[in-house]
Amino acid sequence: MSLLDKDIISMRDLSKTQVTGILERARVMDERLKARDPPRSLAGRMIASLFFEPSTRTRLSFETAAKCLGGMVTGFSSPKGTSVEKGETLSDTIRTVEQYADAIVMRHPYEGAARLASEAVSIPVVNGGDGSNQHPTQTLLDLYTIWKHKGTFDLKVALVGDLKHARTTRSLAYALGMFGADVALVAPKGLEMSTEVVDEVRQQWGTNITEAHDPATSLGDVDAAYVVRIQKERFADPLELERLQRSYRITKDTLASLKSDAIIMHPLPRVDEVETSVDHSDHAVYFDQAYNGVPVRMAVLEMLINGGDA
Amino acid sequence: MDTDMKVQKLANGYVIDHVPAGNGLVLAKVLDLTAANGETLLVGTNLASGKHGRKDIIKMEDRILTQEEESKVALVAPNATVSIIRNYKVAEKRTLSVPGAVEDLIRCPNPRCITRLEPRQSFTVEGTDPVLVRCRYCERTLQGNEVGENIVTG
Repeated sequence: MSLLDKDIISMRDLSKTQVTGILERARVMDERLKARDPPRSLAGRMIASLFFEPSTRTRLSFETAAKCLGGMVTGFSSPKGTSVEKGETLSDTIRTVEQYADAIVMRHPYEGAARLASEAVSIPVVNGGDGSNQHPTQTLLDLYTIWKHKGTFDLKVALVGDLKHARTTRSLAYALGMFGADVALVAPKGLEMSTEVVDEVRQQWGTNITEAHDPATSLGDVDAAYVVRIQKERFADPLELERLQRSYRITKDTLASLKSDAIIMHPLPRVDEVETSVDHSDHAVYFDQAYNGVPVRMAVLEMLINGGDA
Repeated sequence: MDTDMKVQKLANGYVIDHVPAGNGLVLAKVLDLTAANGETLLVGTNLASGKHGRKDIIKMEDRILTQEEESKVALVAPNATVSIIRNYKVAEKRTLSVPGAVEDLIRCPNPRCITRLEPRQSFTVEGTDPVLVRCRYCERTLQGNEVGENIVTG
């Protein structure tokens, strides 16, 4: 089904066919970028990039994606200096920007902001993160990274770290279920993924989900380990925090326990949950993952604005 | 000894029966049943029920149940039955159906939901036993008692 004039707000809105279409188009974009010959399919088109809260990777990769396709970018990276500071409603800001742009990419601290914005305008809206709710293009680039490196989703993927609070892992668990992967959840006690999310993925996709607490003994059979940080602000006891951070840190020693072709992913920014010494191993793909944001977002913008099968 | 509680019959009004035990008072609040004009209002809780062990029941005189109110009842007590009373007789008996989506009936309790800044209420219903609803905006789910607690009253 075509994505022309649609919005991308939540992974729940996308069918497997649509996600597959985006991944396939992203692969073409990736090849064209590597050949330094990206399609100029958004020439003359304006993308509004509205970031109501800070972002590095998401904003820059969206803006890079638009420019690589020959498009133009307007917008702001902080609401400072805009009418939002004067109390303008989100709906009014978005309706105003609709007059200038062919599509809107937005990040907002309030959950559901992108959905509300998409109802206020007729041009496509892409959610670049709404509070701790959804960040669908992050999930798409995570999926693309797995597919690019492994060539299939017939895999076991471990999600490792604070799975209670990490936004990216909830959406990714859902998406991995959609594509039939097995999921291993490896989280400290008390920071497990909520049972509501786990149950939803199991019920929706019949996903084989296992849960464990010790990364040292849980990663030996996985094809990909997706690591997120342990959020220190969640701990009252500094000794317990230090113990967990140590046991959940991916080090050179951890690599020895992995399958030889297993990949390590991270949505970035990292603190110290993946040691920098791991960066140069063949397992580490997290900077390629960050790069993949560009071809994936090129695919998304092109498909929303110009159409194309998905 | 007669152990049954005797309650006068309604001339006109409605009876909501087979409400899960403990939810009768929630439902009375949701429906804003105050009997301020001297009508008869009965909220019975933890009554013996062959079907469910214990149940609650509401009898309300001289009021009709609007479509919107029926949706509210279905969200709190999806297996309840509604009897419409006219001239001391059951004129109509209805089973409830939980709607697929509810607009303007449930307020999202998430303090970080955008509907706190731009008020509106829209939920999709993802389960009926127990009732499970999801905010269209922040995607937070509410289940069971949480649904009743957040229904807009009045």
